[in-house]
Amino acid sequence: MNRLGGAVVFAVAVTLASCVTINIYFPAAAAERAADQVIEEVWQLREPPAGNSPTAPEAEE
Amino acid sequence: MRFARGFRLWWAFALAVGVIAGKAVAQADLDIDTPAIRALTAAMKARHEALEPHYRAGALGQAANGDLVLRDATKVPLPQRAKVNALVAAENADRNALYREIARANGHPEWEDEIRATFAERFIARAPPGWWVERPDGWAQKR
Repeated sequence: MNRLGGAVVFAVAVTLASCVTINIYFPAAAAERAADQVIEEVWQLREPPAGNSPTAPEAEE
Repeated sequence: MRFARGFRLWWAFALAVGVIAGKAVAQADLDIDTPAIRALTAAMKARHEALEPHYRAGALGQAANGDLVLRDATKVPLPQRAKVNALVAAENADRNALYREIARANGHPEWEDEIRATFAERFIARAPPGWWVERPDGWAQKR
């Protein structure tokens, strides 16, 4: 019984510790999305970096 | 029998925790919608019109450290140089404040340097062809 209690306490401690760890790591992908959103707004960009649908640039000839 | 049921319960619990934690990580976006951040991006957007010709001329470049730099002053007509210098200083003040504010708004002021590095990389990646960017081996024009 005592051993089981110890195991439960250990499991809870590990779970909580992993939650804290997740929160402390720098969210690189989210930061990249935020940066892209700001840059598109400031530079007034429309198309994504790897252009998948050429629209306006081809229009004038 | 009882042991098996307890084991299955633990598995279900562990799976649920894993799924919830995974979702939280995948969906977490950084908050960039605060009054301070909106004011900074609006100021940068307003300034962009004046800076853009100098990006195309090659006078200004996106530095590897997340700043904007006057890399070739000779490409700016002499009468405009003082004005361009002031614009660059104002832009960099706003960029610095933006990196700091995004870190702060998300409860992690210590993320400022990583946010600056992320923006530096994205400014360079998103710069249109013709603009100058700082690569690890020096300044280069985007193609």
